[in-house]
Amino acid sequence: MAIEPRSLGIEEFIQKRDQESMSTATDTPLSRIKPEKIDQAVIRFAGDSGDGMQITGSQFTNTVALYGNDIATFPDFPAEIRAPAGTLPGVSGYQLHFASADVFTPGDSVDVLIAMNPAALKVNIADLKANGILIVNSDSFGENDLRKAQMTVNPLEDHSLDKYRLFSVELERLTRAALEHLGLDAKSMDRCKNFFALGMCYWLYNRSMESTGRWISDKFKNKPLLVEANKLAMKAGYSYCEATEAFQISYEIPPAKLAPGVYRNLSGNQALALGFVTAAQKSGLRLFQGSYPITPASDILHELSQYKDFGVTTFQAEDEIAAVTSAIGAAYGGALAITTTSGPGMALKTEAIGLAVAVEIPLVICDIQRGGPSTGLPTKTEQADLLQALYGRNSEAPIPIVAPATPSDCFWAALEACRIAVKYMVPVIILSDGYLANGAEPWKIPNIEDIPEFPVTFATEKNSPNAYLPYKRNPDTLARPWAVPGTAGLEHRIGGLEKQDVTGNINYEPLNHEHMVRIRAAKVAAIVQDIPDIVPTGDDHGDLLIVAWGSTHGAITAAVNAQRAAGRKIGHVHLRHLNPLPANLGDVIKRYKQVLVPELNMGQLLWVLRAKYLVDAIGLNKIQGRPFKQSELEQKIEELLGV
Amino acid sequence: MSTATPPPITPLTKKDFQTDQEVRWCPGCGDYAILSAVQAVFPELGIKRENFVVISGIGCSSRFPYYMNTFGFHTIHGRAPAVATGLKLIRPDLEVWVATGDGDALSIGGNHTIHMLRRNVGLKVLLFNNRIYGLTKGQYSPTSEVNKKTKSTPFGSLDRPFNPVSLAIGAEATFVARSVDVFQGHLKETLKHAAAHRGSAFVEILQNCNIFNDGAWFSLTEREARSEQILQLEHGKPLVFGKNRDKGIRRKPDGDIEVVQIGNGITESDLVVHDSHHPRPSYAFLLSHMEHRPGFPTPIGVFRAWDDLPRYEDVMNQQIKDVIAKRGVGDLSKLLHAGDTWEVR
Repeated sequence: MAIEPRSLGIEEFIQKRDQESMSTATDTPLSRIKPEKIDQAVIRFAGDSGDGMQITGSQFTNTVALYGNDIATFPDFPAEIRAPAGTLPGVSGYQLHFASADVFTPGDSVDVLIAMNPAALKVNIADLKANGILIVNSDSFGENDLRKAQMTVNPLEDHSLDKYRLFSVELERLTRAALEHLGLDAKSMDRCKNFFALGMCYWLYNRSMESTGRWISDKFKNKPLLVEANKLAMKAGYSYCEATEAFQISYEIPPAKLAPGVYRNLSGNQALALGFVTAAQKSGLRLFQGSYPITPASDILHELSQYKDFGVTTFQAEDEIAAVTSAIGAAYGGALAITTTSGPGMALKTEAIGLAVAVEIPLVICDIQRGGPSTGLPTKTEQADLLQALYGRNSEAPIPIVAPATPSDCFWAALEACRIAVKYMVPVIILSDGYLANGAEPWKIPNIEDIPEFPVTFATEKNSPNAYLPYKRNPDTLARPWAVPGTAGLEHRIGGLEKQDVTGNINYEPLNHEHMVRIRAAKVAAIVQDIPDIVPTGDDHGDLLIVAWGSTHGAITAAVNAQRAAGRKIGHVHLRHLNPLPANLGDVIKRYKQVLVPELNMGQLLWVLRAKYLVDAIGLNKIQGRPFKQSELEQKIEELLGV
Repeated sequence: MSTATPPPITPLTKKDFQTDQEVRWCPGCGDYAILSAVQAVFPELGIKRENFVVISGIGCSSRFPYYMNTFGFHTIHGRAPAVATGLKLIRPDLEVWVATGDGDALSIGGNHTIHMLRRNVGLKVLLFNNRIYGLTKGQYSPTSEVNKKTKSTPFGSLDRPFNPVSLAIGAEATFVARSVDVFQGHLKETLKHAAAHRGSAFVEILQNCNIFNDGAWFSLTEREARSEQILQLEHGKPLVFGKNRDKGIRRKPDGDIEVVQIGNGITESDLVVHDSHHPRPSYAFLLSHMEHRPGFPTPIGVFRAWDDLPRYEDVMNQQIKDVIAKRGVGDLSKLLHAGDTWEVR
């Protein structure tokens, strides 16, 4: 049904506002409308990349997470810092799914869309549900704004938005009206309009403005006028809804029933950083990060560079190659060494990673995958570096690969990668991606004591009567000893040339080379002893097995849950270890009639599984720089099951 | 001395730094002389053997670590300065020497070389300059003279060469010196000067490749040519050269330099007195460039040794100490609980 768009009376609002105190306190005023209880909502903030949509979205996220909702977020922003204002490529979005039950994805479509300009409306409107709430900043729908968005008619006037609940709000005028007494210039006042919109959303979902108020105080602590302005704008947005009864309805989403514990909101890149600091403490090593700024991995460097009080050394190198080779140097000296990058940086690090394989030194390489090839889609997600991670080096250079499944799982992936690296004296790749890196979810904070230690013992004594043998291996792990410079009597040489096993001396003999290639492979294969057998979620045998990895976890879980609820016999294996693969994977695959491998690439794990297990698995492949929608997965499942 | 490590109890000898590995340079290669000089100098530095690390890239020169009985790391082409930087940041206690060549340090690894120098990482860099790619069997290098006929440039090379000393000074290296493989005494003295420097010490060693570029430096090293073509730099001494020590370098009123004949009213007191400790690099750069001018000699010795700039590894580790002094040692549990948290009961 078509809903009459409500354009709201600003005079009425200003009058009411003036009657209230001008306090900047952010206590939630009492709402006059009794909220309707619902169990979930998806909200998307969209605007120009200069409109502060990422901040607005993450503030709303923090507030609902603190309240106890389960959440999943999807920040989606352009690669350009400031694309031409008001244009389609400049649109930045932040989507949040929050609920009183488990949340697995940011949501296929949205219940509420906030569009700050015509471009944001045009780019995002297709994802708004019919009868969804659409809040637009009507002050930015002038002729010029429409032209920048390549629109010829004003959608606020041509009834094209009739199937939505349109709330056309003069965000700029209202914000200016709220702030006029502060003496700010117009531009500064306009920059507060996102907080006006945020205040409206807090009213709509009956949420407190308190934590955002605290954040504003902290963020602008040296600019008291901006603290006041942003808080006032937010409060004005809230009061506006209150005063004008704009929405005529407000919602209440009760807290989710999460496992007892203390929670925080955590993004994938934050989780990696915390995981590495924890791994350093659990291994008793100093953490060294060599890195070169690259989207979407730079936040790991930003995080770790703050943790000097944990003895963390962060080195912003002159290039990607120096980033990885400095880490190799630090590992050689006895550090827990990591390097963090994205696909193009991985390509540059390739030769050095091969060196780490040859000298058998522990190193963790984080590849936060993004769309490619080449520069590709810097801010968009993809899973297309799997084969590069597995095989992208000259000659035979196998490397263990760990793939986190959710943002907070990145914490555990970092620990696991470090543990493998030092135990087996091997470089390890972590394959995260842009979606995990920037997405956030509630994380139950573990007790530090519950995380097992993995202390490292450096070699201190000669390991043969007359000499120190740098390649004399541990028979269980095939790891060579780690003898750091400064250890008397253990002087030795290592390098990228082929060496004799045990002694490490340069050796070009044919059979020695074959032995060394095989033993390096055997060492990586031996890691399987540390990988538990996989147990599929869902049905442990049946019509369909879904095998996947990385950030597709949430969408697949939601799809499998829905399909199983409809009576279908489906199992789901989400691989944390991509090399080596779990020992029982081949047997598990045989228990199902069909195997589906959904990936955000052209079928890379699919290729590996088909080659390794001779299974006629089928791919579901999406290469759009965006995560799977639950509906896309369900559609494919139904197609395969013939329902 | 360049580290605070106490001296070894039993004095070390040259033999202590020799390995059992067969040296695989071509017979007659200048690298043998450099190896011999380094092995002779290391025992004199008062540093325990286990605290020496030799790191190299790729090329003939980069086989160096295999022949030094210290900790050694033969890395990949051009990257030795970056590997060594990572090591030094974590282990400032170590005495880390980098062995590299003209292709390794100035072509594929040029970026790492300049960034290591600008950061003033406490490394000693020995650049073996034979003006040719030897290990790949004779292509021109970034220090080859113009119109060099090699396997890859049968009609002559077109690129203008780098002057490694000028490049290092341009990157504001705090120690820059040059020596020659066959001048053993001078080479050892230069290495000792480098060892005594705390910051980045960059030493270009002119080296002969008797297979692919024989005579690369004969114009300087032939007995007849030596004293006429070479100007030995000594801190605090006037810039004098020539077989009869009768020529010198004098400042012109416009700030430039000129070669003058001593006598006829010109004495040593009119000449430039070498000041390697000058904080600004411009004078050293002027010296480094004179060899490109007709009638000027080629300087060897220490161009620049200004050691007042803190080492990168020291400021890096000091920053960590300062943050710990301010915030206390990090508490992991607090870190994990940082920011807004909520409890589910």
